[in-house]
Amino acid sequence: MSEPLVTFRNVEKRFDDFVAVRDMSLDIHEGEFLAIMGSSGCGKTTTLRMLAGLEAPTSGEIRIGGRLMNDVKPHERDTPLVWQSLALFPFLTARENVEFGLKMRGMAAAERKRRALDWLERMQIEAFAERNVATLSGGQKQRVALARSLVMEPRMLLLDEPLSALDANLVIRMQGVLTRLQRELGITFVYVTHSQSEAFAMADRVVIMSQGDIAQIGSPKDIYRAPANRFVAEFVGRNNILSGTVGETGGNGLHIDTPQGRFVAHMPETVPAQGAEVSFTVSADLVTLSLTEPEAVNKVQATLISEEFIGSVVTLFFEGADRLEFKVQMQERALLELDLEPGSAVWLSWEAENANILEDN
Amino acid sequence: MMGRGLNIFLGLYVGLIFAFVFAPILFSLVFSLNSQRFPTIPLGEFTLEWYVQIWNDEDVWQAVRNSVIVSSSTAVLATFLGFCTAYSDFRYNFRFKGPYLALILLPPTIPLIIMALAMLAWLSRIGLSGQLWSIILAHSVLTAPFAMALIRLRLHQMDPDLEAAAWNLGGSEWQAMRHVIVPFCAPAIVSALCLTAAISFDEFAVSWFVSGLNKTVPIVILEIVQGNIDPTVNAIGTFVFLTSMTLVILAQVIFIGRQIKSHS
Repeated sequence: MSEPLVTFRNVEKRFDDFVAVRDMSLDIHEGEFLAIMGSSGCGKTTTLRMLAGLEAPTSGEIRIGGRLMNDVKPHERDTPLVWQSLALFPFLTARENVEFGLKMRGMAAAERKRRALDWLERMQIEAFAERNVATLSGGQKQRVALARSLVMEPRMLLLDEPLSALDANLVIRMQGVLTRLQRELGITFVYVTHSQSEAFAMADRVVIMSQGDIAQIGSPKDIYRAPANRFVAEFVGRNNILSGTVGETGGNGLHIDTPQGRFVAHMPETVPAQGAEVSFTVSADLVTLSLTEPEAVNKVQATLISEEFIGSVVTLFFEGADRLEFKVQMQERALLELDLEPGSAVWLSWEAENANILEDN
Repeated sequence: MMGRGLNIFLGLYVGLIFAFVFAPILFSLVFSLNSQRFPTIPLGEFTLEWYVQIWNDEDVWQAVRNSVIVSSSTAVLATFLGFCTAYSDFRYNFRFKGPYLALILLPPTIPLIIMALAMLAWLSRIGLSGQLWSIILAHSVLTAPFAMALIRLRLHQMDPDLEAAAWNLGGSEWQAMRHVIVPFCAPAIVSALCLTAAISFDEFAVSWFVSGLNKTVPIVILEIVQGNIDPTVNAIGTFVFLTSMTLVILAQVIFIGRQIKSHS
């Protein structure tokens, strides 16, 4: 792959004693949709603000297009940001808001008006061009904010939780708008969010942050199916986490002895030593449920505790020996055939290749 | 219902307060249009004589000119100072910010007579007393806190991301100031201009001490009253009152009107 558009090299950002971002190294490539995800205070917004020049790194290097950016002022950068608060100028109309950046660049009035109207039309809000932004709805404001940034024709667009103020239906619509825009324009999107569904629905790559560190970088599928560590496994999706010690390493995979018995896991790239403590995850939707003991390598017996419906998918919570807690996700239709009720004893089983060893505990 | 009775009582109470505040002014207005030399009832005939007298009085004209120059210059200077302090409070965090703000808000809490004496001592020491400029400087010190309080209130309503958004879109700090901060604060700035002008236009003690021979309107009024009983003072009083009220009401309408608009 060619030279990355953005590189973070050992970047650290401190606010007095608080470390917001710790020793971060990250490449962002031209034309990718990168999501930075984490709970509040994890350093994701600070990372974005450093890209926009609103915070300077305490140490380390940030380069954009090869140029060292540590001390470059915000207005000397080409990194428009879509703010969580939207930060539209309340005393201006929608069109004047979109024109603002072009005006700062000194573009002639007629030309900047033409471009602003083009973008408002593209965002399907040209009818509101001459309205004061304070009178627009949430979705319309959102589109003005996008148009105001994109009219600058940047190589990279920064987005800071732009959909967090919208209601659920509108979020799905705007996700569609954003992914289509990103594909059509071919520019880099760096999208900060705390929402897993937003990140996984739109991004090519997801960076998961925790307390200033990058916990994992990967495609949504990688992160979902193969979480690297306990934090990611707990943060993302419905993972069952089991811990034990490494037994003999046979040809068919890694043998792990747990309080619930011996399980076989898919052999990881770096094989842990015999006797080492390891944990592995089994995704809730990759577990098979059967009423009689199955012919499977990995199986446990468990009792149904409760059910949780989300649309057509149901999550079942089980309890097994030695305080084992297990989650299973399945189609509601399939559940009906099994005819379970709380207290039912069942067998849970999974394939060795679906057991993912965590890199660290 | 109890609420109704309470409302009537509160209405009367407010009415009484207004009567108490405005009755003397109303009397002044009535007697300024009365032909009798002494303010007594029954009233004489309706007349504009006292207004004609002050219209033809060169001293009064000179005082009005002085007052207009002083109050408009004060308004501009005090509002500028007030804006700068309010912005420094909004934008920056620094040690001793509490004492900094307290010091700025101090002047109106000092008794005017003490303020006036101190101003006179200080200005004559640096050779600036007895000029129109002296009054402008002293009034600016006195009124800047009001301007700062109004503008600070407005800045607190601003999304702090707005300024950063202007930088983010390629505006330098000065451009952001000109195209975002000032337009956002415009209603407060206009209000501050009106309010500081009104305070300066009315102010007597400080003007009297530092003005030397440059009389402003309140000083002329005092001189008229000191000399003899002269109904022209009612005419001047009415004029000063209407000027100040217009400015203050303008300030209120502009500031509160905009606030309501930005909250709806």
